[in-house]
This record gives sequence, C-alpha cells and structure tokens, in this order.
Amino acid sequence: MAAFPIKLIPADTKIDFIGSRKIAYIFSGLLMLVSVGFFAFQGLNFGIDFKGGILIEVRTPGPANIDALRGKLSGLGLGEVALQEFGQATDVLIRIERQPGGEEGQKVAVATVKTALGSDVASYRRTEFVGPKVGGELIEAGILAVVLSLLAIMVYVWFRFEWQFSIGAIVALTHDVISTIGVFSITEHEFNLATVAAILTIAGYSINDTVVVFDRIRENLRKFKAMPIEELLNLSLNQTLSRTLLTSITTLLALLAIFFFGGAVIQDFAFALIWGVVIGTFSSIFVASPVVMMLNIRESISGGTIGGNETSQGTPAE
Amino acid sequence: MIHFARWKIILIFAVCALGIALGIPNLLTNEQRAALPDWAPKSTLNLGLDLRGGSHLLLEVDIKTAFKERISNLVQAMRQELRTNRIGYTRIGPRGDSAQVVIREPDKKANRASDGQTNLEFATRLLRRLEPGTQVDVSGAQITISYTPDEIRNRNNQVLQQSIEIVRRRVDAFGTTEPTIQRQGADRILVQVPGLANPERLIALIGKTAKMTFHLLDERFAPGMPLPTVAPAGSFFAKQRQSREEQQRKAPATTYVVKKRVMVSGENLVDSQPTFERGRPVVSFRFDTIGGKKFGRVTQANVGKPFAIVLDNEVISAPVIQEPILGGTGIISGSFTVSETQDLALLLRAGALPAPMTVLEQRSVGPDLGADSIAAGEIACLIGFVLVLVFMMLAYGLFGIFANIALLLNMVLIVGGLSLLQATLTLPGIAGIVLTIGMAVDANVLIFERIREEVQSGRSPLSSIDAGYQRALTTIIDANLTTFIAAVILFEFGSGPIKGFAVTLSIGLLTSMFTAIMVTRLMVVTWLRRRRLQTLPI
Repeated sequence: MAAFPIKLIPADTKIDFIGSRKIAYIFSGLLMLVSVGFFAFQGLNFGIDFKGGILIEVRTPGPANIDALRGKLSGLGLGEVALQEFGQATDVLIRIERQPGGEEGQKVAVATVKTALGSDVASYRRTEFVGPKVGGELIEAGILAVVLSLLAIMVYVWFRFEWQFSIGAIVALTHDVISTIGVFSITEHEFNLATVAAILTIAGYSINDTVVVFDRIRENLRKFKAMPIEELLNLSLNQTLSRTLLTSITTLLALLAIFFFGGAVIQDFAFALIWGVVIGTFSSIFVASPVVMMLNIRESISGGTIGGNETSQGTPAE
Repeated sequence: MIHFARWKIILIFAVCALGIALGIPNLLTNEQRAALPDWAPKSTLNLGLDLRGGSHLLLEVDIKTAFKERISNLVQAMRQELRTNRIGYTRIGPRGDSAQVVIREPDKKANRASDGQTNLEFATRLLRRLEPGTQVDVSGAQITISYTPDEIRNRNNQVLQQSIEIVRRRVDAFGTTEPTIQRQGADRILVQVPGLANPERLIALIGKTAKMTFHLLDERFAPGMPLPTVAPAGSFFAKQRQSREEQQRKAPATTYVVKKRVMVSGENLVDSQPTFERGRPVVSFRFDTIGGKKFGRVTQANVGKPFAIVLDNEVISAPVIQEPILGGTGIISGSFTVSETQDLALLLRAGALPAPMTVLEQRSVGPDLGADSIAAGEIACLIGFVLVLVFMMLAYGLFGIFANIALLLNMVLIVGGLSLLQATLTLPGIAGIVLTIGMAVDANVLIFERIREEVQSGRSPLSSIDAGYQRALTTIIDANLTTFIAAVILFEFGSGPIKGFAVTLSIGLLTSMFTAIMVTRLMVVTWLRRRRLQTLPI
C-alpha cells in the first residue's frame, strides 16, 4: 500500500519565537488592557441565566414581521423587550428584561406575552424564565468553577513539573480566560451558562497545549544542559510546533462544523470555543514559555532538585 | 512498546466488542430492542430535555413561612394552656424564631398548682410539656420557647419531603410520562417533565398550596353591607375567587368577613372528582369518617347560616346551609370551567402543600426545536468528522488511516459509554462529542510527530515507533488529565445541558486515550510485522 503523507508543517522549522516575544508581549498586554477596559466600561451582555428575565423563541406562520411583533409587545409595559431573528426568517427570539415582583412576576409576564401574541405565533419553541435569586447564584457558581479549575490545574502542573511551569500555566490560562471575557464584551455576544462552560473547556484545551510544550522543555532542559535558555525554548517550541498546529487545526475543523451547522442555539458556544482554541494555542507558545524562562527554570533543573538523567533510550517495556 | 502480550490483544478486542455491543441498541427501533435476548445490553442514550422537548422547573419551598406558621401555632397553644390553667400573662407572641410570653404576678402562688408552685414555676412546667423538641428559657418573668436545632432541621426536612411527595402526586395525576422529581439542596425541588412544551397549566397546578378549609361567615357583615376597616377579632377578610373572564374585565370582587375558626379542613378529604350539577361543572368531595362527623355536627348546628369554602385564602363559594349534611359528601360549585373543576379536584385529591412554593426557574423546549437541534447536531457531527478524517489522511497518509479507524472506534466507544452510564445527551453534549472528534486525534498526532522526529534522527523504523510511543505516553497522560480536571469541575458545577457536555467530554478523553495508545499501536505494530520496512511512510 502506497502511503503519501503531505508534510503540512515542515519538520525542522527554526522560528525565533522567544526573540519575537516582545511583540507578543505587546499584543497580549494590549489584549488584556482592552479586555479589562471593555469589561469595566461596557460590561457583558449577560443572558437570562445570570441577570434573570424571560427568553421566548417563537416560530411564526410565515416570515416574521419583527416590527409588528415588537409593536405588540412594547405596549404591554414589560420594560425592555428585545427581538431578533434567530437562525431563520420564521424564528424570532424575544428577550424580556427581568420583571419586578420576584419569581412570580416572571411567570405572570410570560402568560401576558403569550396572550398578546395570540395567533401571530405558530409555535413556542422555547420558553425560559429565570428568577433573580437563581441568576445571582449561577454567577457565583460560575466564578467559583472557573477559579477552582484554574487552581486545580495549577496544583496538578506543580505536582508534575517544577513550580515555574505551574506559574507559567496559570498566567497563560488567566490570559485566555480574561481575553475570552474581553471578546464577549467587545462583540456583545450573549454571556450565559454555556459561555462559562466554554471558558472551562478553553482552559482545558489551552492547558493541554501548554503541557505538551512544557513536557518538551523539561526533556530538553535535561538533555542539553549547556544550551542557552532562549535557544532551548525555541528548539522545544519548534519541535512541538507541528503537533500544536495539527491538533489546533483538527479541533478548529470540528468546531467550525458546529458553528456553521450545529444550529442557532449552539452558535455562541461554538464561537467561544473557536476563539479559545486560537488564543489557547497562542498563549502556550507566547505566554506560558516566556514566563517559565523569566522564572529561572534553568537553575531549578540543573541545580539538580529534580534532575535525573532521562536522556537514556529508555528500556523497552513489555 | 512493540510487543503486545496476547492477553492485551484479547483485552483490546474485548473492550472494542463491548463498546460496539453497548452502542448497537441506539441504532435499533423499540420493537427490535424488545426482541433482544435478556443478556444483551438494551440501554440507550437518554436524550436531554433540550433535545426531546419538555419542561424543567426549579421550585423553592418557602420553609420559612411554614416555620413561622408553626411558631404562631405554638403561640396559640401557649395561650390556650395558660388560660385553661388560669395563669395571667401579657406580651405573648412570636419573637423571631421563638415564642415569648411574660407571666403576670410571677411570684404569687398559682391558682391551679397542687404543690404550692408560683405562677412562674407552674407556667414553666406546663410550657415545658407543651411540645416535644422545644427548649424553654426563663429570664425574670419572661418565658421563651424555641425549637431545638435538631427539631428545626428535622421539621424542615419533613416539610420538603412532604412537598416533594405532593408535587409528585400532582405531576403524576397530570398524566405525563417519565417525570423526574428530585430534591435539590435544602429547600428546592427540581421537576423535569419530558414532552411537555407548555407547562403553564402544570406550573399553576404545582404552585398552588391548595389548602382548603370550611369556615362560618361573620353574619354581621353580609355581602353588600359596608365592611369594617379592620377585620373583627377572630375573623379575617377573604375575597371571592374570580373566573378568568371576570379577572380580565377587572370586575370588583366581593369581600367576605370569614370566621377564623376552621370547621373542617381539606386534610379530612378522601376523594374529590370533577362532575356536573344541573349542567354546570362542579367538584364533588367526600370526607373521611372524622371529617364527615365534624361537618355533620357543624352543619346541623348552623342551618340557615352562610358558610365559606376557602381555598388558599380565596372564597370559592359561600352557600347557605340548607340542611344538615350528614353523609360526609358535598359539592363545591363556583363559576368553574370544566378544566378548572378537573384541576381543583386533582389538587384536593393530591393534598395541600405544607408550605408555599415559588418557581425559581423554568425552561421549556418545544419538541420541534428539539428535533431541529438533533438534526443540526447530526449534520455538524458528520461534517466535523469527515473534515477531520480527510485532514488526518492528508497529513499522515497510512498512519492517518490508522488514526481514523481509531477515531471511528472512539465514536462507537463514546456512544457505548454514554449508553452504559445512562448519561443524558444534550445539545452541548453533542458539541462535546464533535469537540472530542477534533481533540481525540491529538494523542495520535503526538505519537506520530514523535515517531517522525525519531525517524529524522536516524533511527530504524521499529525503534522509532517504539521510542515514539514511549516518549509520547507521559505527555499524553499529562495533557489529558489536566483537561479532565476541567471537565470534572464543569460536571460538578454545571446544570442539565452543561453536565451533558462535561460527561461527553470526559468520556471522550478516556476513550481517545485508549484508542490512541492501545488500538492504533496494535494496528501499527501488526502492520509493521507483516512488512519489514526500511523506511516509515510518515
């Protein structure tokens, strides 16, 4: 059988990642600044999961006349009502701000809307309301989950590698999380429970990438004891580059399939993940590794705290 | 890493076969599944509410209100006890989580005490015996009764359990299939009803306390007469229940002055049915023996007087007692529609909630959106899958095909694993599978890249493959375990659909490690043995 592999990524790249790290720092620094700035001044477009309120997705008999629907709903005194076409011309997503009167108030408002829309609507595809209490709790739970998983990952990396690596990993992950929140603030995509899930997945993906690079750095640190650290990091990054890119590409291919074909409900989720794969790949090359370098990893390793000569061929197991 | 022990090969095949066997039921129709022999796996993927359509309700039981009511009952009991024993008291009432009373003339000898106790001593003794699970503190002439923390906890638990039971009865009576009713935390109930897209009626049913009581009316204030500004002692105001039509045109509701004393309560009901009386929809009811006797006695003594049937503080009807009702049965008529009589009868049968409930969260998905989501998910899965397959083949040639076979197997194992765990597949869960397709090849990519490197450094094919697998192994484990940590935390924190995502992601990580490390390696090694190559096509 003939095999014809195409080398998508040349095997022996010699890109000077560390040399160009200043540019990357500037980029990351700006990204952080813009993200935090937007988050502080513009905030996030929270979905009903977090701020409470009502979400109704309807299908109209023909192509929806959004203005007419809006007219009907704005007269009901329900405060801010936002309508948008969702996925296709017959589907409309209606968002209504949280109603006064606690949980009961939401329930009553849903009934009012359904009465007002009457026969303009062929079917109710989704009806959701979240009271103020649950929203607050979900925010807390979301923050807790993100912080917890970052800590857990940090501890794991610390346990498996030297501490410098765990700092590098946590800096890179924080970078990814902040920039994802920033992108959601800038693009005004809805930030909901699924977004938090996406952030955690991004953290998982990014750390996966980072760990692969770290593994190689550690291996090379033991193998080439005399090599200058910049050169060694470049070597490691280049060695793992084709794997990093190949995995990113396959993951992106799968995510693009979800984004374009998975339906409107899941699109924001796929969007977050796509961003996360891109930024996660970037951060493991340009954030995590330079941080490890700045923390004097070389001294730790050649100082012999963990040491061990692993350059041998390894005994064939089994 | 090149040699495979026989038992390992057998194990690999066994796991694959098991995965396939577990996955197969998902491809069969219900009839075909039913026809399978007993030993064959039959469980299939559970579809989440977002895929099959249905309603998700998060209810909160207002335990505080139930507790307040209990304290106020305690105050009533204290008053009664002190009065019957002729002990003077003042400033009686609830104070926060306890009930308090100040005894008059605390040092005077008590009237009814046999052993010369003072009023305070006697009152303390009486109140200590009043209710189990309470503790009594005396400071000066003031006595405080509070429930012990254990008692409060038990009681709250009991209230929640009872609420769950009654919600269950109501949901069951509603006639839905496979509802899930679960306790969540200290005071919440999660209700999931598949297939129900418009849960408004169910919510209305579940949320009703349905506390029905029979009272006499204060005859001094017959309907139509001017009402006093405050309710007279021993009475309360209650409005007439309105039909939907009356509510819509905002018709004024009659207010009744109802005597507080409960003649008979809904607790004594044994049955209740919707029926008709002279063509109008009404609800019939039947009391148990005690309730029947009570009702008979009261109606006998009050012929010609009006009484009120009160449901959740609204007067349903206020008829005049024409004759003693001794049979223990009766009829409630109001301005009901047929479906209202059905609901009321159901509520009365299921019993009253021990505490009010609020709906914190409702999420309903229509069946058509669910079906659309499944279809879109399938297409996304297929396209993502094909893209990755083609890409892998382009990137690695023959080895890519090995990886692709492993990927196919990986999918089967994920479906098999989900079926085995009876996990719920949700829309984000499908996204998780697609994401896993993309990420699953990672382990193979790591290995293949490593092999490539080893080949370049001048090793023989065999030793390159050996070293490739060996060196990539720790990396694969480290990389996957860190992602796994994130997935586990996601599972802990997430609700419904998100949990589904975490489950598919975790299972996908495990199966992809297995297929990459074991299955592709077996394929590569077998292939290598057959043809002793000098160079590797990688």
